[in-house]
Amino acid sequence: MSDYNFAYLDEQTKRMIRRAILKGVAIPGYQVPFASREMPMPYGWGTGGVQVSAACLTPEDTFKVIDQGADDTTNAVSIRKFFEFTAGVAVTEHTGEATVIQTRHRIPEEPLREDQILVYQVPIPEPLRFLEPRETETRKMHALEEYGLMHVKLYEDISRHGNIATSYAYPVKVEGRYVMDPSPIPKFDNPKLEMAAIQLFGAGREQRIYAIPPYTQVISLDFEDYPFDPSKADHPCDLCGAEHTYLDEVIIDDAGGRMFVCSDTDYCAGRQADGHRGRLSPIQEAAE
Amino acid sequence: MELRSLSGGFENAPIDASRAFRAVLNAMARPGVIEPITGAQGPAPMSSAMATVMLTLCDPETPIYLAASHDTPDIRDWIAFHIGAPIVTADKAAFAIGTWDTLCPVTQFPIGTSEYPDQSATVIVDVEHLDQHGATLRGPGIKDTAQLNLPDVVAFQMNAVLFPLGLDFILTAGDQVAALPRTTKVEVV
Repeated sequence: MSDYNFAYLDEQTKRMIRRAILKGVAIPGYQVPFASREMPMPYGWGTGGVQVSAACLTPEDTFKVIDQGADDTTNAVSIRKFFEFTAGVAVTEHTGEATVIQTRHRIPEEPLREDQILVYQVPIPEPLRFLEPRETETRKMHALEEYGLMHVKLYEDISRHGNIATSYAYPVKVEGRYVMDPSPIPKFDNPKLEMAAIQLFGAGREQRIYAIPPYTQVISLDFEDYPFDPSKADHPCDLCGAEHTYLDEVIIDDAGGRMFVCSDTDYCAGRQADGHRGRLSPIQEAAE
Repeated sequence: MELRSLSGGFENAPIDASRAFRAVLNAMARPGVIEPITGAQGPAPMSSAMATVMLTLCDPETPIYLAASHDTPDIRDWIAFHIGAPIVTADKAAFAIGTWDTLCPVTQFPIGTSEYPDQSATVIVDVEHLDQHGATLRGPGIKDTAQLNLPDVVAFQMNAVLFPLGLDFILTAGDQVAALPRTTKVEVV
């Protein structure tokens, strides 16, 4: 254990964050302002998620961090080490073993349970920000439930591209009231936002915390004649053969060769361990 | 100030508060769930659960309203030493503590504004006991329905109508905690 206070932050900061989290849970989808602290990592590296995780962790927790679904990228490794060092919590790469999961831009493929908390890192929490830059105005729009502009944006997508071209950070309406940015998760993940676990969102630079309690209604915005479509690349995973997971496209040579692999590394590794094989799996040793 | 006001705090503040917060978070995210919560001991008639919730969430930045049942010199001293929060009138409270009867009418507490619905009071109510029988609860955090014994029904129904404004309630008894956020719809069976 280090000489830091448990989970790095001082107690008064944690109380402030905890109060914001509780109000966020009580008002699903509403962005609660909080006094975000400087963290020992740059903005954009998950300072919001880190502060929310710090306020939630207990010594008994098992912590997992994923970055675009992967446990082994720089961002995931450094945040996992940060809490291993400052909170002394157990860490894991397995979704099923974790009690608190901090994520950047993905929801794990394995369905989450009631005893788990999913913490999202959020860059721009305001779904209306690129349509209306003034905070005073977007705040009024949320207060008045004035979301016409968002539908105009989706409509313009259709008139320009023939379909809704938004493919990540796809806006949702939470419990029939607040339009919310689910952070830049692929729209493939949107249906999973209705889950058994508690979902907390932290935006450090923008100083906002919001939440979706378990079993809360989350509807992706769409039109009757252009219904929401949680699309993904039309391929099976080349390593585990999964047809139902979100895939990353990887260029493998300079002749246009490519492969598609599960973005959730833990899920893909689990399937391979269970004997599933994909197009590019290593040739198996001749089994007896 | 009596010497006994100095006791009853967390033994290990960061650890005790982290466990207590998880209990409160679980309770608030899953209305109807009753969580064990321990760590602090306040002067009578304050329950140990209420004392723990207060040490976890309250500090000099959160004005507190004391309802008649909990407005004793002992409790004022205990809050002054452990929390340092200003004691205020109902309309300025971020937190309100007491028994249900003395907290009523709960309409006296701030419910937030339409632009900042989070700036509403959290009401911590000491109840006799908590038990998963009673009023039926529906809403976010509840899979189908949940049940919880509540000190009132109409007041919670009136509060839910205010959504997204409204009060959030934390119910404490002995070393147990439950919660009722403004989103929960309450019905009598």
